[in-house]
Amino acid sequence: MSWHNTPIALMAKALAAKEVSSTELTQYFLDRIEAGKQWNAYLDVNAHLSLEQANKADKLISSGKASKLTGIPVAHKDVFVTRGWKSTAASKILEGYQSPFDATVVANLGIPDENNPHGAGMVCLGKTNMDEFAMGSSNENSAFGPVLNPWNSAHVAGGSSGGSAAAVAAGLAPIATGTDTGGSIRQPAAFCGLTGIKPSYGRVSRYGMIAYASSLDQAGPMGKTAEDCALLLTAMSSHDPRDSTSLADSGEDYGRYLNQSWKEGNANSAKPLEGLRVGLPKEFFAEGLASDVAKSVNEAAKQLESLGATLVEVSLPKTKLSIPVYYVLAPAEASSNLSRFDGVRYGYRANEYRDLNDMYAKSRTEGFGAEVKRRIMIGTYVLCHGYYDAYYLQAQKIRRIIAADFQAAFNQCNVILGPVAPDVAWRLGEKSKDPVQMYLEDIYTLSTNLAGLPAMSVPCGFNGNNLPIGMQLIGNYFSEARLLQVAHQYQQASDWHLRPASEVA
Amino acid sequence: MKLDDVQRIAHLSRLELNQAEAEAVLPQLQAIFSLVEEMQAVDTTGLEPLAHPILFLRDLAQPMRVDQVTESDHRAENMQSAPAQHEGYFLVPKVIE
Repeated sequence: MSWHNTPIALMAKALAAKEVSSTELTQYFLDRIEAGKQWNAYLDVNAHLSLEQANKADKLISSGKASKLTGIPVAHKDVFVTRGWKSTAASKILEGYQSPFDATVVANLGIPDENNPHGAGMVCLGKTNMDEFAMGSSNENSAFGPVLNPWNSAHVAGGSSGGSAAAVAAGLAPIATGTDTGGSIRQPAAFCGLTGIKPSYGRVSRYGMIAYASSLDQAGPMGKTAEDCALLLTAMSSHDPRDSTSLADSGEDYGRYLNQSWKEGNANSAKPLEGLRVGLPKEFFAEGLASDVAKSVNEAAKQLESLGATLVEVSLPKTKLSIPVYYVLAPAEASSNLSRFDGVRYGYRANEYRDLNDMYAKSRTEGFGAEVKRRIMIGTYVLCHGYYDAYYLQAQKIRRIIAADFQAAFNQCNVILGPVAPDVAWRLGEKSKDPVQMYLEDIYTLSTNLAGLPAMSVPCGFNGNNLPIGMQLIGNYFSEARLLQVAHQYQQASDWHLRPASEVA
Repeated sequence: MKLDDVQRIAHLSRLELNQAEAEAVLPQLQAIFSLVEEMQAVDTTGLEPLAHPILFLRDLAQPMRVDQVTESDHRAENMQSAPAQHEGYFLVPKVIE
């Protein structure tokens, strides 16, 4: 039986019906990981530990103590610390680091034990490659080599959750976790033909997530379908007293609206989205958008219309400014977060140094990659006395305008629709020499992180070279279940998300 | 931004750049800061800075947990990844002569 194109919603049914065991499923994916090393999707795999977890999952299933997700394998982005697997955030400065504890996301999804009675019972397949400290839009910034795109290995997988995206697209994991600071779930999902959602800021605990920019980072699922993402997100999110920005637990089932019509009581099954107002921001369809991406997203909008939705034009006037605002705020927070990597308590320490200051500087210089150093320096500069008001405070003030613009748009619509990225996955090396050109690629994703809104990527077509195109659905705060409902209804009427990656057997 | 600035912020960041590296990174930082300059044209008079997205949504006070011990002693586990240690202490170069 081939399991790598099976959504986890179906896998869960097969496990419950005892058609397959967790051990068999886990071995199946471990074999594929071994055979699929060319994508460089994983940084650490420990078959023994995965199979041990699978065995525990099988026992839970046979004793009737299983949750919906028990026994299903999952891959974790290397930004989450995990007991048993190495946690490096794809940086040389953390090479070989083993965490003494699990991130809350890992614990929430993992095998339940006395410390973690509410674990969903999923089996960890290993740690996926990423841009170093989640800084990047192409997954070329990993200290352990770039991730290749399973649709065309001459192209990038997208960043920074590129390893998670490639793992699912290449069938090396049925579903994976990612994190999104400026688009790092949505853009690799779009580049690899997957569905991924960044929830509202505060929904998912950041405890044990190696921090990049704390006021922007948020974890979410990356999978084949909206239904799979709903299942994983429901298990991932919880209130966590160890994360002071974690919101009260709503106990939500994010899949509760999936098969319902938008308007309660609407029995017209041909028009399930009747009553839904979809806003198209004119700034998202302006200069810089590749014509084939524009065409696919517009066709997706028409498809939503044919399902009953009404299309309205909205405006997000500060869209262009989200790039400078993000590239001030994120590096400022990064320069502070990454100051903990000094070679004293964990991680890499330089071999030769004169004194303590020299040890700090040499360890950091040898341990961090070029993009990380660049962002630390930008952050240090904008926080300097004399520049703080002009850069950092000004960026925070414009952040408020950007957040307010979204609220004005949501007065006219329920969800916002646009492209995820200006183009499809580019060729490896094509943009790595020019950081500004790379930063411009994040134009459609950054603003939702600045505002803390939920947003998702849904496959909606291919370009002329058979590379996937994603559409972005943005919702108001805490509307994840509604976003997933719209995406699910679209996926019932389309098959873009079901097509297997072209290089995958 | 000038070459001197690059070396100054590298020093503040506890990073070392040799002359060639500083010269290579200077135009990249200049390009990034010319992008950042676009922000200066926006009139933000009277606007409060937004440090955190949830502050936009509702004015939440910083939640405080009860001041009690919640973690037991994990010293041995926490020391496992130390680059150098001796009898449960982190070893660093001598800082006091």
